[in-house]
Amino acid sequence: MCHALAGLSFDLGPGEILGILGESGSGKSTLAASLLRLLPPNGIITRGLILFEGQDVLRARPRGMEKLRGRRISLIFQEPSVALHPAMRVRDQVEEVLRAHEPLDFAARRNRTRQVLASLFPADADRIANSYPHQLSGGQRQRVLVAQAIACGPSLVLADEPTASLDPTTQQEILALFRTLRQELGLSMVLITHNPGLLAGLADRVLVLYAGRAVEVGPAESVLASPQHPYTRALLRCMPPLDQESQASRKGMLPVISGESPNLSVLVRGCPFEPRCPEKMEVCKSCDPAAVPLSEAHTVSCFKFPG
Amino acid sequence: MQLLLNVENLMKRYMTGKSFGSREFLTALDGVSLSIQTATTLALVGESGSGKSTLALCVACLERPTSGSIWFDGRDVAALGEKQQRAVRPQIQVVFQDPSNSLNSRLTALEIVAEPLIIQRRFDKQTRSKRACALLERVGISAKKAGSRPDEFSGGQRQRLAIARALALEPKLLILDEALSALDCSVQAQIANLLLELQASLRLTYLFITHDFAMAAHLADEIAVMDHGRIVELGAAEKLLRSPEHEATRCLLAATPRFHGAANLPEGL
Repeated sequence: MCHALAGLSFDLGPGEILGILGESGSGKSTLAASLLRLLPPNGIITRGLILFEGQDVLRARPRGMEKLRGRRISLIFQEPSVALHPAMRVRDQVEEVLRAHEPLDFAARRNRTRQVLASLFPADADRIANSYPHQLSGGQRQRVLVAQAIACGPSLVLADEPTASLDPTTQQEILALFRTLRQELGLSMVLITHNPGLLAGLADRVLVLYAGRAVEVGPAESVLASPQHPYTRALLRCMPPLDQESQASRKGMLPVISGESPNLSVLVRGCPFEPRCPEKMEVCKSCDPAAVPLSEAHTVSCFKFPG
Repeated sequence: MQLLLNVENLMKRYMTGKSFGSREFLTALDGVSLSIQTATTLALVGESGSGKSTLALCVACLERPTSGSIWFDGRDVAALGEKQQRAVRPQIQVVFQDPSNSLNSRLTALEIVAEPLIIQRRFDKQTRSKRACALLERVGISAKKAGSRPDEFSGGQRQRLAIARALALEPKLLILDEALSALDCSVQAQIANLLLELQASLRLTYLFITHDFAMAAHLADEIAVMDHGRIVELGAAEKLLRSPEHEATRCLLAATPRFHGAANLPEGL
C-alpha cells in the first residue's frame, strides 16, 4: 500500500492562485487527481473533505461529478503533445470539450470555440483553429490545452506542471497568460510544480508538499523569500544562483539534500523528512509534527517551532 | 591549456522539399565556430530549434555536417571515413535528456554499463564486470542495485546510470544534451555536483547543452548562446551575466526564473 497523501488541508479563494511546490514522489499528481476524483481504481480516498463552491465533492454522485469536471473545475496536463489528439484539428478538440459538458447547439459551440481561441491567439486564431497539433509549436500546443480548460468557463483550473516541456521564453508567456486569465476571468488556480522559480511573481500562496504532507503553507513572498521549514530551506538553497555576486560559488558544490525522496509504501512514524533533515531532533523520529501558525497566514509543520 | 575541441564554420542543412530534387532546405547550423579547452566546460544555451542538439550530434559523429571542420584531439573528425570515425566515437560520449528512452529497459544496471565494453570488445568478462561495478559506485549507485532494471530506479538514479555508461569507454569529451532538464530541482543539484566531481578527478571536458541559464552559469567556464543556427554571443559566464550584448542572450536571461535571497539562506537555524 502506498500512502500518497496524509492530512492535507488547504483552502482557496476566488481569483486566487495557490502554488503547490512538490518534487517527484511528493504526492502532487495524486493531489490533482483526487480533487477531481480521477484516481485509478487502486486509489482510495480514505478520509477527508473536499468542498467546492459549497458542494461536497467526495459525496457527489457520478452525474454530479460530470457537471464539475471540465465545466466548473478543469485540468491542464503536463505534456501537450500527449494530451492532444494528433488526428483532430484544434477547433474540433475545443468543440469536443464543449460537446461533452455544455448543452449548446452547433452554432453556439462554433461561436464559443472561436471566442476562446481568439482570446488565446489574438493574432492568428483562424489558422490555429484549422491546424493539427503537430503543426504547432510547444507553446502553441500548451495554449490549446488552456483553451480546452477554459472553454466551459470554470471557476477553478488545476495545472500539473503546465510548463515542464517548454522553453524559458515560452514558459514565461504561459505564466503571463495565467496572470491575465486570473485578472480578466477571476479564475482560481492550483499550480503544481517542482520549480520554485515558476511560482515567484505568480502564486499568491505556496503550499510545500513533502511525502504527501503540507510541510509549509503561506504567502508566496514569505515562503519563497524566507522559508521556515528545513525542507523548503534546503530545496531553495540547492538552486544555482543567477546574480553576479554568487558567481563566487561558480563550479562549487551546491548544497544538496542528502538521500532520496521517501518511499511512500512504507508508513513512517514521525516526520517523513527526518532521515534527510539537517536540523533533526530526537522527537522528530517518533512524532508527526502538527501545523503551527507562525503568523496569521503562514503555517509550518516542524518541531523547531513550538506549537 | 590545450584545446580538445575546435569547431570551425560548421554548416548543416536538411533537405525539406517534398519532391525529389527540390531545393528547399532547413539550415540547422549556419557557420558555427567554437572551441573547448581540455578539462573545462562550455555551456551551449538557446531555445528549441536554435541548433544546439544538431551541433551535439555532429560533434559526436552521429550526423555528418554539410561543411566545416570539427577538430578533435588534433584530427578533423568531420573529414574522416566511417571506419575511422568509429574509432573516434568512444572518445566522445553523449548523455541525453530522458534516461528512460536512452537506457535499455530489459538490461540490468550492470549490463547497461558493461554493454559498451562488450560492443568495443574490450577486456574479458570478469574485468568488464569489475569495471562496471566500479563505475556504478563512482556515480553513487550502490553495488546492491547492480542487478536492478532501469524502471526500479528514480529519475536521478537513471541519469547517474546513463553517466556511468557514458564513462565506460573512458571518453575525453562528454556531451550533456539537456541532461538535467527533466529532473527535479534538488536532484539537478545532486547530479551537477557529481558532474563537477567527475570532471575534477577524471579531467573530463564537457559540452553542456541546456536552456537553463542559471545551471549553465553555475557549471560552465564559458557560455555560447545559439540562435537560429548561429552562435550570437560567446564569453565567460560572469561577463554574459554582467553585460549581455545580444538580444537572444538578454531574452534568455530575462526568461530564467530567479530568486532573490535564496542563495543567501544560512544553514541551520
